Amino acid sequence: MVSLLDIIGPVMVGPSSSHTAGACRLALLARGLVGGTPDVAVLELHGSFARTGEGHGTDKALTGGLLGFRPDDDRLRDALEIAERDGLPYRFEKTTMEGEVHPNTVRMTLTRGTEHVVVVGSSLGAGRVRLTEIDGYEVEITGSLYTLVLTAEDRRGSIARIAQLLADASINIATLRLSRKERGGDAFMVVETDEAVPLVLCDQIRGLGWVRRVRALDKVTG
Amino acid sequence: MYRALADAIADAEAGGTTLAVVALASESRDHGRPVEEIRGVLARALAVMRGAVADGLTGEMRSASGLVGGDAAKLRRGPPGPLSGTPFREVLARALAVQEVNAAMGVIVAAPTAGGAGILPAVLTGLADARPVDEARLIDALATAGLIGAVVAERASLSGAEGGCQAETGAAAGMAAGAATEMLGGSPTQVGHAVALAQQATLGLICDPLGGLVELPCVFRNATGAAIALAAIEMALAGIEFAIPVDEVIDTMGEIGRTMDVRYRETAGGGLAATPTGRRLARERLYQIKRA
Repeated sequence: MVSLLDIIGPVMVGPSSSHTAGACRLALLARGLVGGTPDVAVLELHGSFARTGEGHGTDKALTGGLLGFRPDDDRLRDALEIAERDGLPYRFEKTTMEGEVHPNTVRMTLTRGTEHVVVVGSSLGAGRVRLTEIDGYEVEITGSLYTLVLTAEDRRGSIARIAQLLADASINIATLRLSRKERGGDAFMVVETDEAVPLVLCDQIRGLGWVRRVRALDKVTG
Repeated sequence: MYRALADAIADAEAGGTTLAVVALASESRDHGRPVEEIRGVLARALAVMRGAVADGLTGEMRSASGLVGGDAAKLRRGPPGPLSGTPFREVLARALAVQEVNAAMGVIVAAPTAGGAGILPAVLTGLADARPVDEARLIDALATAGLIGAVVAERASLSGAEGGCQAETGAAAGMAAGAATEMLGGSPTQVGHAVALAQQATLGLICDPLGGLVELPCVFRNATGAAIALAAIEMALAGIEFAIPVDEVIDTMGEIGRTMDVRYRETAGGGLAATPTGRRLARERLYQIKRA
């Protein structure tokens, strides 16, 4: 459903809603997966991101997103200098990804303390984005809702337990997607919610013996 | 949100109200947000638009490549032309101003996209300031523009990579024409004709930016797109009607976009981008960005 406010917006730093605002949002989502500004980052640009990214400030927008700047933050312009000043070694590479990959795609490999993630995402136009892969698991995260990313043992009743905890906190589930690489391996759960999941609830979920990792992502659009 | 402008126009005419009112009601229903809250978001967008116009008119903005910048100020300070002192010249200056800000990584409102972001603020604020028109009616105009853009997004496209420049500056011209027609007292039916008149003028317009950058010809397409919007407003308010219904004109834009060669869809593979000078400038400027 198209919203009037998607058309009159977003408020953003130019010059391109896909190469600048979208890139910033992808990096903001990736930042959320390591829980804050990463210490080290390698950003591999594919397709049009690699070809015309520099002219569109895609490198600045991605770096700004990793630093926690939103698409309308005019510090995006100086993001490369800010990262350098803060001693953050962010490296850009050009790559060609195999298969049916959207022309504006980036693979981000981030480390923050003991947290580590490899995430792939695409900028779809008009500032809309989609994360397509996290640590090898296929996902579909748009950042238009609050998102909970869980890694857990693949066991019966896990979805029901998580759903109950969210319901008890009056949090409505909008979408839920479960995937695994093999039977008996880790289960990977992505839950999109209408309300933000508070930190205490994240800790409570983390406290379940069979949950390995809990990551809560903020909305990046709307 | 409406999928056909004809339906929105019928609802507005039947209710004796404006397209802004039916658009805000529809948005409020769809997303469970109070109308006042939606108007608040639009008010912020309007403030950012005015800021971008002001920043661009200083003439200080330069893009990273240096391909564009400083031309908005020429329309303010340069030698006069036959339309000096009219809203026409002011609207052109403001459209260039916002796009120069965009190219320089300044803050703008993507409306509908960053590449076409100059047209709506230029036409609305340029005409409103000449009258003057109060803030509430400008916010209404943004709601009407959003409705028009939403219908174009549903029926055709708002992406240059999908539909060429007709889907970016063309759609922006249609949005601006319809929104300003209503702001200046036109009926919902006249708004429909204004959108059709603007959109028909940009059918087939390709997206051919040098080096793939949102700079050349994008900045100038915003000025000429605003001029097309002004022509459509003038005709629609005079009672001129366009025989092909507006939704069919929008469908035509979508159909042309779907069959448009990929060279003309933001790939820098054709059009002005592929001219000898276009290629040379892109090569030189991209080299300059890398060195900077």
